[in-house]
Amino acid sequence: MTSNMEQRPDPANLDDRGLSETETERVSYLRAGHSLKSWLLTTDHKRIAILYVLSITFFFFIGAMAAALIRLDLLTPAGDLLTNEGYNRAFTLHGVVMVWFFLIPSIPNTFGNFLIPLMIGAKDLAFPKLNLLSWYIYVIAGLFTVFVLIAGGVDTGWTFYTPLSTMYANGNVILAASAVFIVGFSSILTGLNFIVTVHKLRCPGMTWNRLPLFVWSIYATSIILVLATPVLSITLVLISLERLFGLGIFNPALGGDPLLYQHLFWFYSHPAVYIMVLPALGVVSELVAAGARKPIFGYQFVAGSSIAIAALGFFVWGHHMFVSGQSTYASAVFSFLSIAVAIPSGIKVYNWTATLFKGHISLDPPFLFAMAFIGLFVFGGLTGLMLAMLAIDVHVHDTYFVIAHFHYIMVGGTISAFFGALHYWWPKIVGRMYSLAWGRLTAIFFFLGFNLTFFPQFLLGYLGMPRRYHVYPPEFQVLNVISTGGAAVLGIAYIMPFVYLTYSMRYGQPAGNDPWGATGLEWTTPSPPPKHNFETIPVVDRPPYDYEIEMGDDDA
Amino acid sequence: MPETAPVTEPYRDPRQQHDAAMMGMYIFLSSEIMLFGGLFAAAAAMRLAHAAEVVQASQALHFGIGGLNTAVLLTSSLFVALAIEAGKGGKAATAAGWLAGAAVLGLCFLAIKTYEYHAEFAEGLLPVPGVQSRYATSIQHLFMNLYLAATALHALHLTIGIVLLLVLALQTARRAIPLPQRSIILITAGLYWHLVDVVWVFLYPVFYLAR
Repeated sequence: MTSNMEQRPDPANLDDRGLSETETERVSYLRAGHSLKSWLLTTDHKRIAILYVLSITFFFFIGAMAAALIRLDLLTPAGDLLTNEGYNRAFTLHGVVMVWFFLIPSIPNTFGNFLIPLMIGAKDLAFPKLNLLSWYIYVIAGLFTVFVLIAGGVDTGWTFYTPLSTMYANGNVILAASAVFIVGFSSILTGLNFIVTVHKLRCPGMTWNRLPLFVWSIYATSIILVLATPVLSITLVLISLERLFGLGIFNPALGGDPLLYQHLFWFYSHPAVYIMVLPALGVVSELVAAGARKPIFGYQFVAGSSIAIAALGFFVWGHHMFVSGQSTYASAVFSFLSIAVAIPSGIKVYNWTATLFKGHISLDPPFLFAMAFIGLFVFGGLTGLMLAMLAIDVHVHDTYFVIAHFHYIMVGGTISAFFGALHYWWPKIVGRMYSLAWGRLTAIFFFLGFNLTFFPQFLLGYLGMPRRYHVYPPEFQVLNVISTGGAAVLGIAYIMPFVYLTYSMRYGQPAGNDPWGATGLEWTTPSPPPKHNFETIPVVDRPPYDYEIEMGDDDA
Repeated sequence: MPETAPVTEPYRDPRQQHDAAMMGMYIFLSSEIMLFGGLFAAAAAMRLAHAAEVVQASQALHFGIGGLNTAVLLTSSLFVALAIEAGKGGKAATAAGWLAGAAVLGLCFLAIKTYEYHAEFAEGLLPVPGVQSRYATSIQHLFMNLYLAATALHALHLTIGIVLLLVLALQTARRAIPLPQRSIILITAGLYWHLVDVVWVFLYPVFYLAR
């Protein structure tokens, strides 16, 4: 916090503690039209970002309710809350909604949309109408999915494995697959828009070596969105044809191969994990540099490691199939490549640590969330290395160990970074500061709640509790109760920001252009930004993260 | 790129807008390639697992009709290329003519394809309800299934392309698209059309010529 006291509300309104508008707010994108139509038909990337924030929050709570049902059912060893069928449907709903309607769009479509043009000095994304279309596709597919999953139900899990999904499952597999197929176009269009924007709309002086690391990570993510999503689309078409007409390509009776489904599915779905975590890595790079008030250590390596993760991510899908009966040699290669992902991931974590060394750190909420991210990411990443080893994977495959691992990376990582981004750029988005004390409290609650929920699941998995069962031996109950208790703490952490962030919109201090004293073009424009982002097209003449280094005399 | 081209919102100059549109289309086409790539991967898996039966199944297809269709589509691509050249030269009427010609060739392709499906239907090879199927092996059944799925997906893309070209032909004829300033619209539509052709150029050997 350096300068949030500088700009006061409009002097004429000084006595009016709420509702007072600053001059900046009057000309901001938020006040450029008040009708519902001005929001629903907007092509302003900042408004579309806000539409995404609202809609992903909605779908997050749908998915969270399913998670709550799962955790409540698991309080006791007997399956007494849900029927077997109901439990299967609950975890399918949870997985489908959380993966495709929360995690995939979470950071790219909200903060990516809001920040990329601001960070590179552009007026908007390259294709503003396509951006709006992408939101409509997303919302329609999402509502359709929720309707299908609640009205008819699907019990295949989010993975739609054959032959369960094509021959045995009851429920609306085809409709659910169609909804995921449709939302894929939203991903593709968003990724396409980001790639073209980063290539073609950078302001004068914004060279590739000066791009903020968040932009690098969204760029890497977009490549995956564009190239991996269509493979999922065609795979979903194939299982729908299989189920409807008996296509046979996944059916051994006709000469097809069920493993082919898993290959195609994970060819998308493993890179999809990097769609979720790469933007989070980009956010944390921004938060760490701003938190330490130092240039990021090894900028080129942090940027390059995003591209490396995206590229390697296309060649590791087979590690989901170590026990599926694929060739041992293939498994060995996939195991090696999966372990290799640790190199770019490690580069990031070490470089963040080096950035923090002798930094001027203040424990603001964004920084705490960044630290929570690093903790969860290291934990999830190291257990990922364990799972990439063939021998260990055979032991813990399809157990809660895997569940805990991917929740640490996908959920812990993505949500801590999402919250970090929300707390960091909130003053830019609405122009007001929120209560930092409450923000810090949320970060602590989140970190504790998350670990309390998912750490016991590592133990459960290692002891042999399989995933997707709601009846379990009584000796697992203690750990399951701890996990459910942790989920309650986590739930509180999810709800708290609603209160103080909403409060800040009316009663917060005006933030000023740059409340954190951070570098980056987005902090040079007013908060909230005007409709066209910048009064004049900015010109960049310095490297990124150009903080004044205030280290001790012994070190420079 | 003529300097008089109109520039819309996020762009600074026509050159930038032109480049962005080209790049956007190429990226979209790369995602289309990955979409069909899934089908080609499935076809490759089938071929590797059952080489002899796939060759046998391929021999039942009418490769002459497929070859004729290949020629029709490649000619249509030539027409689209000529339309774009005319558009860049500002000759709206000529451009509209070539576009309409390409769209008609696209319709010819669909007509020939329909005739071919009908012939396969009569031979009991088309895997649709109501056919007295006469498959020599279950692999032939799988092969025909995949053939129908792939060619139908291609036909769907082609239909979208035909509608696109007809709309553009009409708009060009009415001078609703300022040429040569906005010839980028024809260029990007043309790129899509060429991709649909190229997909066929790969589908044809994979299914018809695997004999």
